[in-house]
Amino acid sequence: MLGAYLPIIVLVVVAAMFGLVSVTMSSLIGPKKPSALKLSPYESGCEPVGTARERFSVKFYLIAMLFILFDIEAVFLYPWAVVFKSFINAGAGAFIFGEMLVFIVILFVGYIYVWKKGALEWE
Amino acid sequence: METLAMPAINFAAIMPETILSAVAMALLLVNVFVRSEQKAYLGYLSLIGILVTFFPIVAGWNAPVELQSGFNGAVLQDNFSLFFKGIFLVSAALSILISDQYMQREGCNHGELYPLILLATAGMMLMASGTDLMVIFLGLELLSVALYVLAGFNRDKLKSNEAGLKYFLLGAFSTGFLLYGMALTFGATGTTKIAGIAAYVAANPMITGNQMFLVGMLLMGVGFSFKIAAAPFHMWTPDVYEGAPTPMTAFMSVGPKAAGFAAFLRVFMIALPAYKPEWSALLWVLAVLTMTVGNITALFQQDIKRMLAYSSIAHAGYVLVGFVAGNAVGTAGIMFYMLSYAFMNIGAFAIILLVGRKGEPNNNVADYAGFGFKHPLLGLAMSIFLFSLAGIPPAAGFIGKFYIFSGAIQAGYIWLAIIGVLNSAASVYYYLRVMVFMYMKDPVEEFDWLKVTPAHALCLLVAVAGVLIPGIVPGYLLELAQKAVFF
Repeated sequence: MLGAYLPIIVLVVVAAMFGLVSVTMSSLIGPKKPSALKLSPYESGCEPVGTARERFSVKFYLIAMLFILFDIEAVFLYPWAVVFKSFINAGAGAFIFGEMLVFIVILFVGYIYVWKKGALEWE
Repeated sequence: METLAMPAINFAAIMPETILSAVAMALLLVNVFVRSEQKAYLGYLSLIGILVTFFPIVAGWNAPVELQSGFNGAVLQDNFSLFFKGIFLVSAALSILISDQYMQREGCNHGELYPLILLATAGMMLMASGTDLMVIFLGLELLSVALYVLAGFNRDKLKSNEAGLKYFLLGAFSTGFLLYGMALTFGATGTTKIAGIAAYVAANPMITGNQMFLVGMLLMGVGFSFKIAAAPFHMWTPDVYEGAPTPMTAFMSVGPKAAGFAAFLRVFMIALPAYKPEWSALLWVLAVLTMTVGNITALFQQDIKRMLAYSSIAHAGYVLVGFVAGNAVGTAGIMFYMLSYAFMNIGAFAIILLVGRKGEPNNNVADYAGFGFKHPLLGLAMSIFLFSLAGIPPAAGFIGKFYIFSGAIQAGYIWLAIIGVLNSAASVYYYLRVMVFMYMKDPVEEFDWLKVTPAHALCLLVAVAGVLIPGIVPGYLLELAQKAVFF
């Protein structure tokens, strides 16, 4: 029973070790020549300006929520694409294709609604 | 490469849900493409959608079982679910009829209201016809997410915001309970299909001793009890009912409650009959608590919307009595009662909506002083609804209560029936208090702001007919309810 979980345990251990070992090793054997520039926080290559703890416009949250919604729904396309071939072999290809079209149409209705409602406009 | 076997799909089994969802999506697009301040046309379009949905429901009545079941046994559109689907459609239609006037008056006339109502109705339908725990959960989420938005629909009003947020937080919490219960049940039996659970328990009677299975049953009971607002899981009800826009209060006090009962009944009676001694003892306590807490608290309410909220808790208690009885009479009584409750409760809320005006909800019982003299017809309609809620003949509420309590007596729950009747007698006080104000006090206001639109009049007419006709000649509807019981 528990043997079924062994690969997962191995995966967890390997993942934890990977992080721990690489951080420890680089701090142990890496050369250290600190300078003011090197110690400054990394912000996508730009020079950091001001504090990070600012108030964000609520628009970011709306865009983020919409992104997650459409992103997750688009992810459903992947498992569908994986099994689509075996459905073609079973002779149900057209039906399964139609089902996915219905799904995309529903997604599209939501997209058009969001668009026309002006939720994607920044100003 | 392995070939996959196609599951037995039967689109006829989800035809009502499909029509409602398609109409809802179409209306969503119509709403953004037609630039108009008037949103009433969306209401009429959704009413057409609801009328169309009645056809597959009527056509599916008494259909052979292979036409009823679909998606590999995940949904079963039997007479039981068809009857409940009828209740949901009636409550959605009546609420839509009274929505436009209120939304215009309160300045929250957004067209999204109607698609949300239709989607919530589709969710309720999935709950009633789901025979897989996952489908029931899916229906519950579809219903709840739409309802959270509807409760907080009046965005500019603090009370409405409070109602939406409270409903969302507590609802999400209770959904967690329900889902955890389903997960434990799945863990114990290895299936989420209701028939599969029943078959597994029949093949392995020892499983009832499994703690995991027992806790799963209890947690599912908690989740469903929240949805039907049974004490002690009723705390959200008064605040949400008070703050939500009045037409939506009417909607959510009827449809979701009926949907919760439909799923509750199916899961407990078909999947978990092995635990019947346990859950009927549990529901006995819940029924007594719910009736008593609801009625006694309602006695002290001055706000009429809060009073009706506590009264709806009490009504959930009466319906639980029929559930505890667990026989055909009690279950038919539940279905009859939920249908007549839809008419009488939405009717009462329709009058409450009329008495208020912009910025002045006039929800205090004292605001009804002399209402019966100023508007005799509306007063008469309100009296009929209140009589029916109190369970006084010849209204439908009496027949429903009669059948529920006689089901309990047949099953041997004499004390439960006695407590129910005593509670019902106590409830007469707070219903009649409104009538005392309507007919025995001198009018303070002129009530000249009242405007009964044709849609509103239609809603009231249908509601009065729906209360009086089954109350005087209950035979036809009762026969339908008896045919709809699944055992």
